[in-house]
Amino acid sequence: MEVKIYLPLSSPTVGAIGKTGLWRVFKPVIDQEKCTKCLQCWLFCPDASIKRAEDDSVSVDYEYCKGCGICSDVCPVGAIEMVKEG
Amino acid sequence: MGEWKIITGNRAAAEAAKLARVQVVAAYPITPQTTIVEYIAHMVESGELDAKYIRVESEHSAMAACIGAASVGARAFTATSSHGLLLMHEMLHWAVGARLPIVMAVVNRSLGPPWNIHSEHQDAISQRDTGWLISFASDPQEVLDSIIILYKVCETHGVYLPGFVSLDAFVLSHTSMPVDIPPQEDVDRFLPPYKPRHYLIDVENPKTYGNIAFPDRYMELRWSIQRGQELAAQKIKEYTREYAKAFGRDYQGLVEHYKTEDARHLLVTAGAMASEARIAVDKLRDEGVKAGLLKIRFYRPFPREDIEKVVEDIESITVIDRNISFGMGGAMATDLTAVLYDMGKSITLGRFIAGLGGRDVTFEHMAQMVKHTLKAHHSGEKLPPAVWFGLREW
Repeated sequence: MEVKIYLPLSSPTVGAIGKTGLWRVFKPVIDQEKCTKCLQCWLFCPDASIKRAEDDSVSVDYEYCKGCGICSDVCPVGAIEMVKEG
Repeated sequence: MGEWKIITGNRAAAEAAKLARVQVVAAYPITPQTTIVEYIAHMVESGELDAKYIRVESEHSAMAACIGAASVGARAFTATSSHGLLLMHEMLHWAVGARLPIVMAVVNRSLGPPWNIHSEHQDAISQRDTGWLISFASDPQEVLDSIIILYKVCETHGVYLPGFVSLDAFVLSHTSMPVDIPPQEDVDRFLPPYKPRHYLIDVENPKTYGNIAFPDRYMELRWSIQRGQELAAQKIKEYTREYAKAFGRDYQGLVEHYKTEDARHLLVTAGAMASEARIAVDKLRDEGVKAGLLKIRFYRPFPREDIEKVVEDIESITVIDRNISFGMGGAMATDLTAVLYDMGKSITLGRFIAGLGGRDVTFEHMAQMVKHTLKAHHSGEKLPPAVWFGLREW
């Protein structure tokens, strides 16, 4: 007899818990002039909310970015400013 | 036929881990468990056992290492005692929630303060609600056989729960007895390699582990654990029978019966005390008391059905708990009382707390406890929910 079992496993999906961008108090704003495309922000973002384009330029996915500020902290050239949500 | 060796309970636990071909062993020392992981260290170092031996910095980490190992599909083993088991407590819940069939040996030791290294079941009983399968062995042979059987139970699809085998400090852990060590090929036939159908960390097929389950999902996952325990109860019976056929030793299932067929007065206990209790039953029978022993092998899942079957013609039950749920009574007596209530049975109950901190409980003491229950049975006196046996003047 096959026994049904529920396991605490899931496949990763985008935004399974809703639009977490609504949690944000400060938003990261990238100064594309200063950006050197080093991709540190893309590597460090805990929520995969830094989008990387073909040419390695980066942008923020504001639907899911919670505004933690890690990208701003790791940016070696100070190209990401945390701006209070208005 | 296996090979007979005169070995301690701890050695038997290590031999069982080897026979189960465990692949990862996390080790942290604590008296009186230490020699288990020492024996295994020797086996790994000498090449007798092909396993990854991880020396960790605490018991909490030992269980975390086992969780990691089991998550990639390895058969994991560790051993601990007393405060070590308590430190593991958080990770014990984790192993259950993640449905990982880790097996562990727990050498039952008292909890401090006051400092005491001798036998008591409080450490194991304190893990009651973690979801682990909790068993007690009564001699080194049963330690060895139980660990092998437990792997098979825990790794069953639908069970996927961890479990531990308890053995009393020193009385079993450090006492040598003849043990029949089964041939490796026979154990391999009984216990195939662990191959989980669903639960494997696989970089080609990424999954979220330790994920969030909010109110809309959480209860079903908890229910699934309860179902796992219920299925384990069936599988313990099934695999114990299969083991008996293959190896000639029959542990009967979640409980073991001794002279219960025509018994009217039942003695219920667990662990090393259950070995001694057989002598108490014989002594009582010599004196004309129709006594029988119900040995609790598994405390979780609790042997509800077995108790229902055995108490049909029973007039009195004497339960000896080597633990105390403070503010209530002995843990096994409390659960047994609940089963009897559900049955609508009115049976005289003598519920004793004995042997705490390793205080010796002899067959004579057990016979005294049964007679204490019998006296109440005949006089109609109602005994309190917990009678502390052999308390001394301070």
